[in-house]
Parts: sequence; C-alpha cells; structure tokens
Amino acid sequence: MALSFLDKKHSIAPPGYSRWLIPPAALCVHLCIGQAYAFSVFNLPMTKLLGITQSTPDDWKLTDLGWIFSLGIFFLGVSAALLGRWVEEGGPRQAMFTAALCWSGGFVLSAIGVYIHNLWVIYFGYGILGGFGLGIGYISPVSTLIKWFPDRPGMATGMAIMGFGGGAFIASPLSVWLMPQFTTATHVGVAETFLVMGAIYFCFMMVGSAIVRIPPPGWKPEGFVPAAEPKKLVTTQNVFVYDALKTPQFWLIWWVLCLNVTAGIGVLGQASAMSQEMFPGQVTAAAAAGFVGLMSLFNMGGRFFWASTSDFIGRKNTYFIFFALGTVLYAAVPYTGAIGSVPLFVICYAVIFSMYGGGFATVPAYLRDMFGTRYVGAIHGLLLTAWSMAGIFGPVLVNYIREYNITHGVEKAQAYNVTMYVMAVLLVIGFLCNLSLKAVHERHHMKLEEAEDFI
Amino acid sequence: MSDDASGNGLKLVLAWGFVGIPLAWGVIQTLINALKLFQ
Repeated sequence: MALSFLDKKHSIAPPGYSRWLIPPAALCVHLCIGQAYAFSVFNLPMTKLLGITQSTPDDWKLTDLGWIFSLGIFFLGVSAALLGRWVEEGGPRQAMFTAALCWSGGFVLSAIGVYIHNLWVIYFGYGILGGFGLGIGYISPVSTLIKWFPDRPGMATGMAIMGFGGGAFIASPLSVWLMPQFTTATHVGVAETFLVMGAIYFCFMMVGSAIVRIPPPGWKPEGFVPAAEPKKLVTTQNVFVYDALKTPQFWLIWWVLCLNVTAGIGVLGQASAMSQEMFPGQVTAAAAAGFVGLMSLFNMGGRFFWASTSDFIGRKNTYFIFFALGTVLYAAVPYTGAIGSVPLFVICYAVIFSMYGGGFATVPAYLRDMFGTRYVGAIHGLLLTAWSMAGIFGPVLVNYIREYNITHGVEKAQAYNVTMYVMAVLLVIGFLCNLSLKAVHERHHMKLEEAEDFI
Repeated sequence: MSDDASGNGLKLVLAWGFVGIPLAWGVIQTLINALKLFQ
C-alpha cells in the first residue's frame, strides 16, 4: 500500500539509531500544535476583516471568536480520549502524519472561512479538525519516548511537552510578523497568514513523522540495568487502556492533574489584569504583558525541569512538592499585594507557573509508573479530559469570585485574595489525592502474551 | 569515529537545530518583551 511506510512495522529503528533523535521528532509536532496558546493574536484582526481599520456591525465579535480556541481545546480532550488506543496501536508515525493533516487542514479551512467570512467554517476547521490534530499530536510521541528512555521517562516526555508550551513563543511573533506582509489598505492578511502557517506546520510535522522510530522489541539503552528490586510505585506490568479506568489510581491521578491545572489555568488567564489591579500605579499595561511573557517562560521551563527532577525524586514526591509548595505560594500572594512587593509577587508566580507546567509534563511518567508502558499514550489521552474540565473550572472560578468580591464592595487590589485562598484549598485536596495513591492491584495487569507489542 | 557514529552526529545536529533554532528565537523574543516588566 502507498501509505505502508506509516505502519508501525516500517518505523522500527535500524541498529545504531540514536534515541536522541526522538525528542526532536516529538518537538516537531509539539512546537507546531503549541500554536494554540497563541491563537489570541488573531482575535483583534479578525474583528476588523470587513471594516479594516475598525469593526463594523457585520464584523465578528470577540465573544464569537473566543469559541474557536475553546472548541480546539475541547476537541483536543475528546480526540485524545477517543483515539488514544488507535494512536498507541498504529504507532507514532501514522499518528504524527494524521495530526499534521488535521492541524494544517484546520488552518486551510480557517483561511477559507476568513476568505468567505463564514465563522462556522473556522469553528469546524480550527476548532474541530484542528482540535483533532491537537489531541492526536499531543499524545502521539508519549509512549515512544518512554520506550526509548526507560531510564529517564520524565525527562523525555518533559522535553516534548515543553515544546507544547514553547510553540506559542514561535507562533505569536511569527503571526504578528506575517499578517502585515499580506495586509493592504483594503484587506487584512489573516487568511494568507493561516495558509502560510498551515504549510509551515505541515512541513515541520512531516519532518517529525519521518524521523520518529520505535525501538526494536526488547531494546534497552546501553548500560541500562533495570532495578533488581522494582520500586513500590513503579510497575513492570501493563494495564489495558480501558481497564485503567476501573482503577482508583486512574481517577486519583485524574484529580491530581485536574486540581493542579485548575489552580494554574485560573490565574493564567487573569495574570495581566491581576498584576495591574494588585499593584495599581506600579505595574503598567506594558509591564503586565512582560509579566505574562515571563510566566509563560517559567511554564515552559518548569515542564522540563520538574519532569526531569521526577526521575530522581519520584513522581509522587514531585506532586507532593507541587501541592505543598503551591498551597504556601498561593496563600502568600495576597501578602505580597498587601506589602506592595512586586518582586515577591513575581517570584511566587514564577514558581507557581513552573509547577503548573511541571504538572502536565510529569503526568505521562506517573501513568507509566502506575500502568506500564504498553498503553500509556492511550491512558494519557483519557486523562487529558481532566485538562478540559480544568479549562472550564479554573477561569470560571477566578472570574466569578473576583466579580462577587467587586460587586460586594471589595477593592480591586484585594479582589483576588479569596481566589488565592480557594486555589490553595484546591491544592490541599490535590495533596490528599496524591497521598492516597498506591500501586495498581495485580488483578488489573495484562497477561504477558496480551501485553507484548504487535508490530 | 565510525561512519555510523558520525552519520548519527550529523543527523542529531540537524534535528536539534531544526527545532532548537526556532524555539530559541521565540524564547529571545519573549524575553525581550518580558524585560519591560523591569523597566
């Protein structure tokens, strides 16, 4: 068959293939789909497609455009949960290729939607088709990286997931540079920018799909000797993807991720406004934008730092740090506002956001420790529904509490205090969920012949 | 150095450069913007 090169058996690494080629393959995908975090740069230009210099009544509203990103993240969770098993069994090359088609296809459809000025085409293009590209692309390299790096699974998946955080750093300035290249006095160059970005992303993701390889059966890194006595919370067995759902461990990790993300994502969207309102006169709009950029850097760096650290201190201990330190820092934020210390506020948030990113990046290795390598990508896909839930809960919680406080006469500078304490309580609950985690009962383990990879 | 090792070395430089250069560019752009916080 013409597409047989995408098969799992055609992507087995030849002897001598360097495992250090796999993280860049994964990054090729994650750096592209990470663009989702930078989609907001298109929002304002897309409200002036007809009016050019200012919005007309027929132009799209910001509230309507906000749905594009929300749909994308929603379908990220849906596709990762529904297609995780297909991704796992079909191999990373097929998954990356499919993700490239969906992701770049989403951009092409969105360009058509902009050209004919039909928002539904963009909802379908970027939101649904692109959302599937996001979900498939996000989980596609996870189990492959873990198989190549049995000695450092946290570091390996941390590198890939760091790329998702870093994708916005490339996409944002690239979009801002591309749009004026196609903009004239009578036209806003959004459609052309979508087409160019779709083409770039397709090429970039295809390179990842071409480089990626799975290790031959039984392969181990040179000099790697598995621990003689397996650690209590690191299994050598495998759990079938849908059997994982029947274990309390899956749901405890689900809450661990959901609560960690809820706390972070809630304040992430409000970081700019919060810094200005908590420090009126001290933090300007430009400085607040700088603050958001700095937090994004810590979000990205934390993904690599914490996931790598978890290889040494263990996954459970890493999450203990997230929840314990996070509780203290969230509770300390109102104090930084009260004493007017911007540097202390920035330090608190830098650590908080590094742990927010770290939570995403450490979870695949946590799942591998609990459920084994065989279906870790698919189980990770199911777990991403926690992200979708947190994406709704976090911002709603922060916005609702802030509004409630302000309408009840609380000054803007103090309006976030209750929010911070609520977030700290959420982290205490997360701490207890993490504390409750024990090894998966052996009745959930797959039989040896079921667990062997078919290639 | 064997052909295998040198071939792998070149592939590694190309692969890491392919993803590392755009990422480094993006990080530098973000850092430049972030500096406004301290001005």
